[in-house]
Amino acid sequence: MRRLLDIVLLMLAGLAIWHALHLAAPFALTSPVETVTKAWSMLNSAAFWPHALETGKAFLIALLLAILGGLAIGLGLGLNRTGAQVAEPILVSIYSLPKVTLYPVILLVFGLGLPAKIAFGTIHGIIPIALFAMNAVRNLANVHFKTARVLRLSRSQTLLTVVMPGALPEIVSGLRIGFSLTLLGVLIGEMFASQRGLGFLIMNAIGLHDVPAIMATILLLAIVAVSASALLLWLDHRLHHRAA
Amino acid sequence: MTRVGFLRLLVVGGFVLVLEAMCRTGLISPRILIAPSEMALRLAQLLAAGKFNADIAETLGNVAIAFVLSVGGGFAIGAAIHALPRLRRAIDPFLASYYALPFFAFYPLFIVLFGLGRGAIIAIGFLFGVVAMIIATLNGFDRIPRVLVKTAHVYRMGPVSAALRIKLPSATPYLFTGVKLAIAYSFIGVIAAEFIMASSGLGYSIAYAFNNFDNRTMYALMLFVIVLVTIVNALFHGYEQRLLRRLGC
Repeated sequence: MRRLLDIVLLMLAGLAIWHALHLAAPFALTSPVETVTKAWSMLNSAAFWPHALETGKAFLIALLLAILGGLAIGLGLGLNRTGAQVAEPILVSIYSLPKVTLYPVILLVFGLGLPAKIAFGTIHGIIPIALFAMNAVRNLANVHFKTARVLRLSRSQTLLTVVMPGALPEIVSGLRIGFSLTLLGVLIGEMFASQRGLGFLIMNAIGLHDVPAIMATILLLAIVAVSASALLLWLDHRLHHRAA
Repeated sequence: MTRVGFLRLLVVGGFVLVLEAMCRTGLISPRILIAPSEMALRLAQLLAAGKFNADIAETLGNVAIAFVLSVGGGFAIGAAIHALPRLRRAIDPFLASYYALPFFAFYPLFIVLFGLGRGAIIAIGFLFGVVAMIIATLNGFDRIPRVLVKTAHVYRMGPVSAALRIKLPSATPYLFTGVKLAIAYSFIGVIAAEFIMASSGLGYSIAYAFNNFDNRTMYALMLFVIVLVTIVNALFHGYEQRLLRRLGC
């Protein structure tokens, strides 16, 4: 209970700092109240929703592709000892590359539009999901695999009934990171070259120097991203707790 | 060389060779991708001509400042939060969902605050790196053996000297994870910020070349960034391995 109180206090402190910054630089930042009002009016305007839907669509497809691809790569490599050893440093170095530099390549391949955003979101999300899944499978106790062999499970049965459930807590941790990075990828994609989507709205607002619109869009994005992440974090804790 | 190292080389080398072959035979149009050898050649020309030296120096300078600020700041903030357990419990969920925030959306705010210059770019790199360092510091401090903390008490060390002389060395392996992430994130933050909106720097030069259909320059600079970041990350990784061995972990 006291922890909840502390969290509320911390949020209030954050809001107070925000308001103080607004008072210090009224042109750079809108106040919390103004931002919420603006966000609310944006939510009620017809012009906002096509952009939100576009971003949502790109994000969901990208996330789905990242999860499927990441799990396929991660589980596949995790089951193969040499494969995992060979691939791990390569995956880690791809993870730490500034992938923005690759965006032009994606634009050249897919052209401007939805597919390019999806591809860019996917390459951001796929690597952490693959890395976490791979290490989860590698760290599974050997006795699980032996049991599977004793029970004469087929390869696909082993994967579905032994490997996946065993690796699930770690996979969810990877998913949490993959979720955030995919969203980041889609937004960066929209900010650089796009005519639609929330990233475009932000860039457009910068061009018009419309500070309230920038802040309101960021606020809405932050609320969505943080709540989704909190949900995944809760799931993550529960699964790890159950496994332990 | 070990078998795994050899296989790794084979995978990476094979990938480059296949790409080269596909580009040379026209399977991939040169308007989309140019052959890796051509990228390297063009890069050598650009570096020899010194055309992008100023941009490279600027980007590296920004990355270095963002990195130092995030490591130093992250360690100080992490140590302070760790010393206040009540704040720590309240702030944990925020730290855990921090990277879910779409940061680059904040970039416009920094431009308004700091102007269209280095300040905003460094701020993005710093914000990207600092929280990884804070989390690593908290993680490391959690795992310090209690006996060492007690020793600090016995020697009547103040909080700052205990943090620097007992906690810092003891938590080094965990801190180094933060340092590695901070360097990678500083690169990502700085180059992405330059890419989206800046008037100089490597990220800007790549975006500029793209907008002018100058594929050869664009790919040469991309190759430069990829090779540079990979080398820097590999150096840090190698140093970490040596450090861990020396600490006997």
